[in-house]
Amino acid sequence: MSQIAFWGAVELGLVYAFIAVGVFLAFRVLDFPDLTVDGSFPLGAAVTAVLIISGINPWLAAAVAMAAGAAAGLVTALLNVRFRILNLLASILTMIGLFSINLRIMGRPNVALINAETMLSPFYGLGLRDFYVRPFFVGILVVVAVVLVWRFLESDAGLAMRATGANARMARAQGVETSSQIYLGMALSNALVALGGALFAQTNGFADVTSGVGTIVVGLAAVIIGETLLGARGILIALVGCVLGSILYRIAIQLALSSDVLGLRASDLNLVTAALVTVALVLPRLRRRGVA
Amino acid sequence: MINYKDIQVVFGKGTPLEKQALNGVSLTIDEGSFVTVIGSNGAGKSTLLGVLAGDVIPSGGQVTIGDTDVTRKGTAARAGLVARVFQDPLAGSCGALSIEENLALAARRGESRGLTPALGVKRREHFRERIAELGLGLEDRMGDRMDLLSGGQRQAVSLVMATLAGSKVLLLDEHTAALDPGMAEFIMNLTQKFVSERKLTTLMVTHSMRQALDFGHRTIMLHAGEIVLDVSGDSRKTLQVEDLIAMFRRIRGQTLDDDALLIG
Repeated sequence: MSQIAFWGAVELGLVYAFIAVGVFLAFRVLDFPDLTVDGSFPLGAAVTAVLIISGINPWLAAAVAMAAGAAAGLVTALLNVRFRILNLLASILTMIGLFSINLRIMGRPNVALINAETMLSPFYGLGLRDFYVRPFFVGILVVVAVVLVWRFLESDAGLAMRATGANARMARAQGVETSSQIYLGMALSNALVALGGALFAQTNGFADVTSGVGTIVVGLAAVIIGETLLGARGILIALVGCVLGSILYRIAIQLALSSDVLGLRASDLNLVTAALVTVALVLPRLRRRGVA
Repeated sequence: MINYKDIQVVFGKGTPLEKQALNGVSLTIDEGSFVTVIGSNGAGKSTLLGVLAGDVIPSGGQVTIGDTDVTRKGTAARAGLVARVFQDPLAGSCGALSIEENLALAARRGESRGLTPALGVKRREHFRERIAELGLGLEDRMGDRMDLLSGGQRQAVSLVMATLAGSKVLLLDEHTAALDPGMAEFIMNLTQKFVSERKLTTLMVTHSMRQALDFGHRTIMLHAGEIVLDVSGDSRKTLQVEDLIAMFRRIRGQTLDDDALLIG
């Protein structure tokens, strides 16, 4: 694997770290299997791309993308909490709907951002080579996000959210309005995912309506790899695990694709992903039984 | 302090399984008094507690705690007024959170929850002291996950949680039923201590006639959603477990007779 390919994998892993943290919030903290992310990721990318092209500041564009993602999460929460639709199904409905919305936002399936001003533009040409600048920049944002989410989850408000996912009945008995927690958590989770989409568009130079397919699997893969490697030892470790899992996942994919021995092509990506996630899911179970 | 006025609760209304769980129950409980509630399965004991806790919204009647009408308030909205300990040791606390996190959660019951760290130095110290009072050695395991504790330990911590936020009403729903006799006794003594120290108005549902008479100031028996016995003061002091059992049998027998009449 070349150096460029390696740092490219790290960069993509860091971009998807936002998705991993978002998925962690939904699946692990709230115990809400949320597939909205397959729609909110390209939503973030689409909103950012369209706004940047129309001349809006790229930072502001990313913020608007986060708000759009939060709104998508709120829709899923509304379907689940207010209308009592099964959580998984509620998120699928939002996801399907978002496909059309994303097409409407962009006006076409694909928007290019070549030569457009992005959040990274000021940092190119400062002496560091481009393929270092991108992972470095995204990495700093990841650290900020992880610290904020960590502090939140260890606050009174965050504790209420964790209790909602772990034991809703007890949470209510302790005065926690569990439905508000689901709204808040889904908004937060999908805002992070949309930010990941926004950064994806800005680092890769395009937004594509199909880029969301399988986002949930990739996010979940990162969460599970992190848990497998670091174990369950508190919130901060779990969040670091998400980031680490996301990067390692990308490097593993890159290795699999670039090794000529395996004879894999880029189009085999989804199969490789499915295989990797399966291994990550089965491994801890085997280890517990003492087989591996 | 607590006032139930003509409470009606119907489960599964309009279905073949329709059940009148509470049928016009009226009950006034004075501030600081400790009431034990007995009755056979399905008599409406847990429903009586549920109406007060907010899990069950009555179809008729009115419930007030202090000056607050809570009849239609949700569980979370009235959590600041009532604390409870469940029968299932797993139900009253969060297994996935640590002991001190569970306490931090309970300490903010009925208050707004902001971005203050849940486990500041001061709070930790306070929680540690409260847990040390139990004498179970748990104060050195404050960071342990709650699901590592035994059922009895969890109920003990649940009792501490129930008394952290300063609500004046304590609901106990057969909170010793899942424990071994030794641990059950320990938890009951602890309950007694907390209730008298903090002058809590307490409603305890129990299956044990012994407990029902040994603890508290007043005992009520429910049957088919109605209060069939309400004793306190001197008449309660002379009451024996045998008397209660006899009464239990008689009430059950009566319903049998009624059924027999219907069939005949």
